[in-house]
Amino acid sequence: MLSLILYPKWRTVLARLRQERGGGGGKIIVVAGVGLIFWTFVFGVLYRVLRYFRGVEDIGPFLASKLLGLVLLSFLSILLLSNVITALSSFFLAKDLDLLVSAPVDWLDLYLAKLGETMLHSSWMVALMAVPIFSAFGVIYHGGWLFPLHALAALLPILILPAVVGSTITLILVNVFPARRTRDLLSVIAVGAAGGVVLLFRIIRPEQLARPEGFNNLLDFITLLRTPTSPLLPSEWATKSIMGGLVGPFDPFPLALLWSTAAAFVVLGAAVHDRLYPTGFTRSQEGAERFVHGWIWRTVLDPVLRRVAVAKREFVIKDVKLFFRDTTQWSQLILLGVLVVIYLFNIRALPLFRGEQVPFFLVTVVSFLNLGLAGFVLASIAARFVFPAISLEGRQMWLLRSSPLDLRALLWSKYWTGTVPLLILALVITVFTNVLLKASPFMMGVSIGTIVLLTLAISAMALGFGALYPQFETENAAQIPTSFGGLVFMMTTVALLALVILIEAVPVYGYLRAAFRQLPIPVNATMIGAFAAVVLVCGAATVVSLRVGLKRMEGFEF
Amino acid sequence: MIRLEGLAKTYGSFVAVDRIDLHVPRGELFGFLGPNGAGKTTTLRMIAGILRPTAGRIWLGGDDLIAAPMTAKRRLGFIPDRPFLYEKLTGAEFLRFVAGLYGQDGTAVERRIDELLELFELSVWKDELVESYSHGMRQKLIISSALIHRPECIVVDEPMVGLDPKAARLLKEIFRLFVERGGTVLMSTHTLEIAEAMCDRIAIIQNGKIVARGTVDEMRQQTAAGDASLEEVFLKLTGGETARELAKVLGD
Repeated sequence: MLSLILYPKWRTVLARLRQERGGGGGKIIVVAGVGLIFWTFVFGVLYRVLRYFRGVEDIGPFLASKLLGLVLLSFLSILLLSNVITALSSFFLAKDLDLLVSAPVDWLDLYLAKLGETMLHSSWMVALMAVPIFSAFGVIYHGGWLFPLHALAALLPILILPAVVGSTITLILVNVFPARRTRDLLSVIAVGAAGGVVLLFRIIRPEQLARPEGFNNLLDFITLLRTPTSPLLPSEWATKSIMGGLVGPFDPFPLALLWSTAAAFVVLGAAVHDRLYPTGFTRSQEGAERFVHGWIWRTVLDPVLRRVAVAKREFVIKDVKLFFRDTTQWSQLILLGVLVVIYLFNIRALPLFRGEQVPFFLVTVVSFLNLGLAGFVLASIAARFVFPAISLEGRQMWLLRSSPLDLRALLWSKYWTGTVPLLILALVITVFTNVLLKASPFMMGVSIGTIVLLTLAISAMALGFGALYPQFETENAAQIPTSFGGLVFMMTTVALLALVILIEAVPVYGYLRAAFRQLPIPVNATMIGAFAAVVLVCGAATVVSLRVGLKRMEGFEF
Repeated sequence: MIRLEGLAKTYGSFVAVDRIDLHVPRGELFGFLGPNGAGKTTTLRMIAGILRPTAGRIWLGGDDLIAAPMTAKRRLGFIPDRPFLYEKLTGAEFLRFVAGLYGQDGTAVERRIDELLELFELSVWKDELVESYSHGMRQKLIISSALIHRPECIVVDEPMVGLDPKAARLLKEIFRLFVERGGTVLMSTHTLEIAEAMCDRIAIIQNGKIVARGTVDEMRQQTAAGDASLEEVFLKLTGGETARELAKVLGD
């Protein structure tokens, strides 16, 4: 019965693979290429770090063990959150549930099938990420040909445990909250995630590891390294097992503990599922939230958009309302806020101002390179919020296409609804980081000008690529950026960022040289030409993306 | 008035609609019938401007839909068979948004929204999110949205699906009044009794081609069906084999 339940999923995956292959295999090659580059990068970085650790006498293996422990603990945390969210759709909102629940399917089969589905959907990325990490450990410590099997045996329970715990948490939450209050549920998850990030930071205590000189003696430092973050965490058991296998002595107990705990949790999870799922499923089918306060947005936006055409105004108001009423959308703002704070904190924590004299050269270079980093952050945010904008209209396209709505008005509304908040964020990040860095007025001006142009281009590209690679069947906006189109958008944006940084390096270098010689800023043909080129590149990226997007939208058929 | 000239739609080698000609004058309620996959919905979606025809022309009240889509679409109200709506808007917000798409706003629109919601007994649900509406309520909301801008022509795909008997009766009256006042309705339906009772003329489409058209009486004459019902005429024109095979399978 279990295999029968999973049969449609399996066939769907096969059909999709066949379709991809039928499309010339271009997508597979691009995805595989990017994946390989990423794997090589992770492997390379870790290989160097571990080689360094291996060279450190006495505490080398402790450092490697601590690093593996941290990596696996991060995996556990990410997986737990990911499983809680995935379980909500696979156990309660999936379209096949009506059929499965109404059919004479045994509850245990249903549980195991949905648990497997949840685990697969939320863990595949972590599992792929684990490959170069374990490979680096295996290569550096000469793990031998049995090491991959050992690593797999240690990793699998790390995937199973959060799947069981995550789906059980979701099951309990669905039972606690009345009716289909996914908004409340996801709010809890989002806040939990933000809290989890802070908690993880405290558990890791990275600042202590970075400054061994802060310890009274070497023994204190080693004691800290040897102390597991918690002996109750499965990540520690997995670390013990793997490091035991690599540097000895091998102890089978941690592995046995991992597997027996995983098995026990599956049994416990099944028992809770048996007890709570029927009521939880019934509650999740009940009506969702009812009354809302639509007048708030109208009061705020109506005066701002008074001069805008009716169709555009209604579109903007509609988009803003939909965003703030959809928990999967607005809850991401919490994480976004946390990320921005961490970003600014990291800039502030840069060891630039330790000496007596402020290193002008270093500050200017960091301020300049920060443009690229800020651009990348903006691209990621645009991928999450602007890229899915066209896809999310898919199901309602019958209405938009049958009405006399000019598609340019639609594109205009989508563009500015996405660009204005992105622009505010871009300016906040840029101005704050430059103030923190104590950058010169010239660098402040260059940064602000460039980030404005980049934001206009990035937003247009997100919309353009979103129209080129629409995902009309995906209901969850969070899944759209991880599609092939999202990947292509990110790659193109990185190329644009690199090009802009490369062009602007010329005038910034000129400025630095002049400042070093205590000369005035050289406003010459090179500098003007370079800035004009940046305006041209960003302007072209904006216009071409919007035009391509419009052309593509005109060809949409439903 | 709705006029189609040599309208065709192909997907690769598959011909969904095969050069059909049709003229529905003002003041007429026209029924578009056909078995599943005959090309009804494709035709209606082309008239609504959602699908682009491979060949042919579409005229809505004197405006060419391809050459002047904006003016042509202003004359049209489209009611699809699957009510996909913005789940996180309230009923009133959705209607306000649709009015905005037609460039209308202000107190006149607010009055019209109240009128339509009252007519379809959705007033108490006015400020509730669409996600809490039943299928029938969604259908009523879509019908309201098609009427919000006072169109000249209505194109409707399976209008009665999900409606309770009272709403179905109301819709029939609305369509009848609409055509009496000079409007045009092109309606696809599987419910032959409704087509027989409501439509002034009917066309039957099969494999993308119109195989018969006219009043029910004219169709009876065309098929030499005597006093047969529309259902029998329909089965005779589209082949009753499937129905007979189905009855056999169910009998087994």
